[in-house]
Amino acid sequence: MTVGPRALPFALAAGVLPCVVTATLAEEADPEAGKKVFESCSDCHEVGKGAEHGIGPHLNGLFGRRAATQEGFAYSESFKRAGAGGLEWHADTLDVYLEKPTALVSGTRMSFDGLKDPQQRLDLIAYLRGFSDNPRDIPEADPTSQGTDHDLDPEILALKGDPEYGEYLSGECVACHQTGGANDGIPSIVQWPEEDFVVAMHAYKNKQRNHPVMQMVAGRLSDEEIAALAAYFGQLTKE
Amino acid sequence: MTLDRRTFLGTTAAMATTLAAPMVLAQGAGKPRVVVIGGGAGGATAARYIAKDSDGAIDVTLVEPTRTYFTCFFSNLYLGGFKEISDIGHTYGNLAAAGINVLHDWAVDVDRDAKTVTLASGTTLPYDKLILSPGIDFVDGAVEGWSVEAQNAMPHAYKAGSQSELLRAQLEAMPEGGTFAMVAPPNPYRCPPGPYERVSMVAHFMKENNPTAKIIVADPKPQFSKMALFQEGWNKHYPGVIDWIGEEFGGGNVSVDPANMTVTIDGEETQVDVCNVIPAQKAGRIAEMAGVTDGNWAPVNPADMSARSDADVYVLGDAAEQGDMPKSGFSANSQAKVCANAVRGALTGSKVFPAKYSNTCWSLIATDDGVKVGATYEPTEEKIASVDSFISETGEDSALRKATYEESEGWYTGITTDMFG
Repeated sequence: MTVGPRALPFALAAGVLPCVVTATLAEEADPEAGKKVFESCSDCHEVGKGAEHGIGPHLNGLFGRRAATQEGFAYSESFKRAGAGGLEWHADTLDVYLEKPTALVSGTRMSFDGLKDPQQRLDLIAYLRGFSDNPRDIPEADPTSQGTDHDLDPEILALKGDPEYGEYLSGECVACHQTGGANDGIPSIVQWPEEDFVVAMHAYKNKQRNHPVMQMVAGRLSDEEIAALAAYFGQLTKE
Repeated sequence: MTLDRRTFLGTTAAMATTLAAPMVLAQGAGKPRVVVIGGGAGGATAARYIAKDSDGAIDVTLVEPTRTYFTCFFSNLYLGGFKEISDIGHTYGNLAAAGINVLHDWAVDVDRDAKTVTLASGTTLPYDKLILSPGIDFVDGAVEGWSVEAQNAMPHAYKAGSQSELLRAQLEAMPEGGTFAMVAPPNPYRCPPGPYERVSMVAHFMKENNPTAKIIVADPKPQFSKMALFQEGWNKHYPGVIDWIGEEFGGGNVSVDPANMTVTIDGEETQVDVCNVIPAQKAGRIAEMAGVTDGNWAPVNPADMSARSDADVYVLGDAAEQGDMPKSGFSANSQAKVCANAVRGALTGSKVFPAKYSNTCWSLIATDDGVKVGATYEPTEEKIASVDSFISETGEDSALRKATYEESEGWYTGITTDMFG
């Protein structure tokens, strides 16, 4: 997974002017700085290869996961309720949680007051995002958690895909990914935001994402073909 | 074949058909007509895509003898106890509801001059484009001593359904410490890793139910698909249980005696309790009757799956001789979409896009130990050629193997939804 700097030119090209403070910060989230921030978490949480539950659960594969659903960890009742109620870990929910954990999960046992500095939260989230890429959750939930982790040529992102061509090409996708949007072991790609779709497919093509089938499928798709697929799946309706 | 008869009857037959056509096909009058023979991964997909994408502009008839279709893929998992037989059975109601005329009948003849298909019931179906996706039949006399009359004593279970259930019943009835034999097929055949996934599933079943049972595999090939992965898995999960006898040790020199339940491998006779004979294969018989085969298979044009011998006939899946793609459900499904796009373009003038083919085959070795192999393909003048490929590696960790198995389950739901709606 790329954790390289996100290109400011892209934000401009896509018309997302960095006029809002958080958006500006998002452009500058630094996973390396986030690694430093994580040092204050690491007494209780492990992350990375071989990470296991400690005082807190390990944090691999966090993005897109329903809260309190990892096997082998005894969550607080409050966290179980939050998970049962639909709380999922995404960049936005993590940001809220990290700012003041009890604001989101009132009875959490995590003995941590929160990170007041929004920049530190963004850096930490960017760091954790790097451990949410594995073959079990393709396309990784939150492929582009906050902003987009990529250095794609803006011209590639600006391509307008032909949905009719995308529909034909989708024949290769829907042997596994269901057009109805169901997820029975292979994730849904229906209604995925076009830009995220394009970024993810190029990450497979460039072998930055690590699923062998997807690397192979994406590997022979042209920029136009990826845009066409993104356009097609973006406009499908879930059943 | 019908060459002589066609030459002889040509004009008369064509006239007769022209006269008969309005009565036979009042429903589709005026619309271009596509007849699809075979409702598996190739045929069901092609019928569904043509009907769906042409939005009623093409009259699509699907001829498939069985009312419930059992997929060969995942039938080994049924043998191993991971699936119920009902999990791999599919009906055609959704295709009918999508506007496809589903006929549960056998196609018994194809007249390519008159462009008609004759069914066992006597019905004649005229077509503008014919798609043959008949799967496999067995080469007569391929295994000495075995014929389809012996398939109850020694099942092939290589067309899923009653044969799968029979083989499963025989596994359950095997005496303690008994012997299971498999006669594996020569290349090319349906589902290259299939026999070895089956050996794995039988071994799994025995480990749970009959732990002193033995497995012998007589194989005419020197090596097989995913060999390193299977052998690693067999040593890990079923050490000392499976005796694979390849070409080097006479695995191709085999005869069977279904009456006495013996298998003779390279001159050595063994008494067995269950014998799974998977004979050499050829295109489903209707392809031969249509006169589009050359030898055992039907050569096709790599760009659109049309028969080399007839631009109005397409051959999909196992029956086709296309080049590098393995004979698999995934391949047939992939080919069907290329074919559907080409057929629609020819009949309605819709845009025809360049062919892209792909395949992935998952195999289960033991509980939560899944592996996969896949490739992408593109047409060249000469054949469908492989452009990229991957295979699971030996020594992968158990989490990845479990994820691979879970992925295969997702694929199963995905492809069967793609086939049957």
